[in-house]
Amino acid sequence: MLDQNELTGFNEAVLPHLDAAYNLARWLTRNEHDADDVVQEASLRAFKYWTGFSGRDCRSWLLAIVRNTFYTWLRQRSIQPELTADGEVDDIDDGTPNPESMVLQNADREMLRAALEDLPVEFREAIVLREMEGLSYKEIADIAGVPIGTVMSRLARGRKRLQIYLTSAAQNCL
Amino acid sequence: MTCKETRNLLNAYVDGELDSAGSLAVESHVQGCASCLIEVENLHALASAIENGALRFKASPRLKRNVQAAIRAANPRASRSIFHWRWASAFASAVLIVALTWVATTRWNRSSEETQLVNDIVSSHVRSMMANHITDVSSSDSHTVKPWFGGKLDYSPPVKDLTEQGFRLIGGRLEYLENRPVAALVYQRSQHFINLFVWPSNGGTVKQENQLTLQGYNLIHWTKSGMTYWLISELNQPELNECARLLKE
Repeated sequence: MLDQNELTGFNEAVLPHLDAAYNLARWLTRNEHDADDVVQEASLRAFKYWTGFSGRDCRSWLLAIVRNTFYTWLRQRSIQPELTADGEVDDIDDGTPNPESMVLQNADREMLRAALEDLPVEFREAIVLREMEGLSYKEIADIAGVPIGTVMSRLARGRKRLQIYLTSAAQNCL
Repeated sequence: MTCKETRNLLNAYVDGELDSAGSLAVESHVQGCASCLIEVENLHALASAIENGALRFKASPRLKRNVQAAIRAANPRASRSIFHWRWASAFASAVLIVALTWVATTRWNRSSEETQLVNDIVSSHVRSMMANHITDVSSSDSHTVKPWFGGKLDYSPPVKDLTEQGFRLIGGRLEYLENRPVAALVYQRSQHFINLFVWPSNGGTVKQENQLTLQGYNLIHWTKSGMTYWLISELNQPELNECARLLKE
């Protein structure tokens, strides 16, 4: 239980980051209703842990809770996330079309959305946190609980997959 | 630096995550390597496509409200001072009666009917919080709330949505004051609830516009266009005055 001052402090520190929380949840769940549920549950967890939180970066703290809540939510539904072995960048078969920067630049919103949603979840979360929330590798590593090198490799592989997806999609449109 | 070594660092390079030595090493390789340069261009193109794609989702106002409500519900003791009354509710009504006889800051002569009315209004307000029954119809849409009163009252209360001004309409319910059913409209300002009681003022008890404070509750009363209005909340007086001003507009 928080007293009135603590509650106000919580509201002022945490509520401004609800958009970031929702954005992450929305990309993780790929569904607005589930995202609402995850954010709601994560906010309550944040509220519960608030007195124990002494860090400065409230947004990262909240995003980490959103991420954990999401994985709990997956487990409760007995959904196994398709995790990909972390490795080096060059793990993609040759024979895929070469991405071109013009094609990538002209990808429309729908196609980008589809490409992102198609990514394995750990690549997706790294890209969302980097490209949409502008977080550093260190911040992403803390949120995801992995070494910085893993963040780097997930970003690299995720982006490579995005490029290939977009290039193939553009070719299929021709 | 080889192409393979460079490729492993390209993302960190583009993201500005390399130290200056690493950054320089990648840069000098890229300048002399057409295929690595294309990789860099592709990374930039992808980043700008994502940026321009407006792919960031925002929490809906409804979600934000739900989160706040859930947090309030999870923290009943601190959420509103009024909830202290819940675990001392029997004591509370006794205190209230004592308080009413003391009436701290009244600026008009009170008749016994007025005291009774003020008493009833404070009780209604407290009860609406204690019983967790603040609205019979929950909606922030005045076009939903107003018709709801249709079959239940012999008058139609004006319903104003002040969400944009910071007083969110959350619904309405029926109350019984001055021996008649009256409309109670409920507004919310951050964690505070505001009850607005409205009924036709013919033969009403209190005519003049006034405000008073009772045991932490601020009350504002006015009449307009044949209607009597009583506004009550634990919200501070300036903000409640602002709410009254907007309602009167």
